Amino acid sequence: MQLNRREMSATERFNRISVPTNIIFSAVFILLALISVIPLIFVGIISLTSNESIEKLGYSFFPSQWSFDAYSYLWHERSSIGTATFVSVFVTVVGTIVGLFLNATMGYVLSRPTYKLKKFFTIFIFIPMLFNGGLVSSYLVNTQMLKLSNTYWALILPIAVSSFYVIIIRTFFQTTIPDSIIESAKIDGASQMRIFFSIVLPISLPVLATIGLFLSFGYWNDWFSAMLYIQSSHQELYPLQYVLISIEKNMEFLSRSAQYMSPDSSGSKLPSESMRMAIVMLVVIPIALSYPFFQKYFISGLTIGAVKG
Amino acid sequence: MRVKRRFNKDDFELTFLAVPTAIWFLAFCYVPMFGIIIAFKHYRPIPGNGFIGSLLKSKFAGIDNFKFLFMTPDAWIMFRNTILYNVVFILLGTFVTVALALMISQLRSKMMRKWTQTSMFLPHFLSWVVVSYFVFAFLSSENGLISNMLEHSGGDSIQWYMTPKYWPYILVIVYLWKSIGYGMVVYLASIAGIDESLYEAAIIDGATKWQQVKYITLPMLQPIILILFILSVGRIFSSDFGLFYQVPRNSGPLVDVTQTIDVYVYKALTGLNNIGFASAAGVLQSVLGLIFILAANWIVKRMNSENSLF
Repeated sequence: MQLNRREMSATERFNRISVPTNIIFSAVFILLALISVIPLIFVGIISLTSNESIEKLGYSFFPSQWSFDAYSYLWHERSSIGTATFVSVFVTVVGTIVGLFLNATMGYVLSRPTYKLKKFFTIFIFIPMLFNGGLVSSYLVNTQMLKLSNTYWALILPIAVSSFYVIIIRTFFQTTIPDSIIESAKIDGASQMRIFFSIVLPISLPVLATIGLFLSFGYWNDWFSAMLYIQSSHQELYPLQYVLISIEKNMEFLSRSAQYMSPDSSGSKLPSESMRMAIVMLVVIPIALSYPFFQKYFISGLTIGAVKG
Repeated sequence: MRVKRRFNKDDFELTFLAVPTAIWFLAFCYVPMFGIIIAFKHYRPIPGNGFIGSLLKSKFAGIDNFKFLFMTPDAWIMFRNTILYNVVFILLGTFVTVALALMISQLRSKMMRKWTQTSMFLPHFLSWVVVSYFVFAFLSSENGLISNMLEHSGGDSIQWYMTPKYWPYILVIVYLWKSIGYGMVVYLASIAGIDESLYEAAIIDGATKWQQVKYITLPMLQPIILILFILSVGRIFSSDFGLFYQVPRNSGPLVDVTQTIDVYVYKALTGLNNIGFASAAGVLQSVLGLIFILAANWIVKRMNSENSLF
């Protein structure tokens, strides 16, 4: 606190808003902050509510009875939910690595001022920002030409690269990596590949962290690729996000054991209501716990991105 | 201008590095662009021909796909929905976000700024599927919190997922809920970058807080507001598929107010299996989007060339 006060300049202190205004503004933001996080807390409570309580009170912030049934059931069915978790983690990790490689190489190439095809490639990656072939042709190309249906590649490749990421990386390389380093490495006989991997990448960790985070959150949250390219005959390729969608249609994704198969959930032991919410928590908890620490990388990415190309 | 020179070793190596990504762009962006001719064909996969073979051999349809698409009531509804929602999102979103960014930057307590901003950033990191469950927890007619509260207070319970008239409001609220925190970050970064001496000079001249906002902060924010505005105008024919498909849980009775171009294209492609209509709608969306972003950029450039996007 003491430190903060000293950091604050004289103008800033003099120019602060009045105390009553500050109270009103603070109240507004406390309210908005609560509205932002309360749905998550609510879903968490529902996931811990017993079936009886849901039947009696519906979803409630104050259930009449708490229960871990949903989570123990998920644990019981860990073969199916575990597979989905594995798919989500695998796609996130591999996708982030592949995506970083593809975005960073192009970003580096575009950042070289003397490169002969610089202009060509700049336009080449810029055009897709303005125009695209639309869902139908992408879908047909991916399924009929590239044969991606029902493969991990369908979950990884279509969202691996973005012109926006390439431009952020290019801008970072342009502004923070001195040409002299690269020139001197060239004089020492290093190839561009070597310069890129052993000189440029190690000193570019901030931008790689930023884009890596964009990518990994993107992959973790992606459900659209699975919805388009993974058919119900390949449930072992469902990521968690898509399990949440398909579970609407069939609880049987989880209840492989016959006793739970009865369509009316009221009579059976299946804690279906709370269980859905438990899967939501499984998806959200890693994000909710990690993003506050990664926030600054996101913000720096957004700020670099605002520099126009 | 650079002197014309031959392709040297350096250029070769750089090209080599660029090749994987270039192939990605070819496969996932440029080939599909070529695929827009699907809209002018009676496309059907011809066995043994692959995608491009089938595309070339399919019968030419002229503008039939477009003509028949616009004979269905769907076409009018989806274009109306997409544009109207986007107009509301752009206007309301920009206003609310800028206003809140200005307000939060004035909070006296740094802790308060940090904590509320971090909390408001959370929704941005959630997928629409997760958000659809959040909404469901409140609106489900069986167990939802709001339905329960209405019942307990003696009112009639509302079948939210069956009643179209509420959804324009619900969708706008959900959109704002998810996007405000993110938008604030962008504007806050710009506010932080404003030279403090401008405010010092203003204070010496006796400017009030409001005058400082009006004559310094807002004009300094204008470039970023304009750039984001151009971008969103360019996307006026696109919609967030998850918001309009997942959040209303693809509920049939709501189609009139939730069907946007993207939702229609998805449903026509996968459900109705009507590739012709789907691609016709998609091509219109892409082409109109291109025209709009070029036009928006041109207009901004004429006003002030500094602020244009390209």
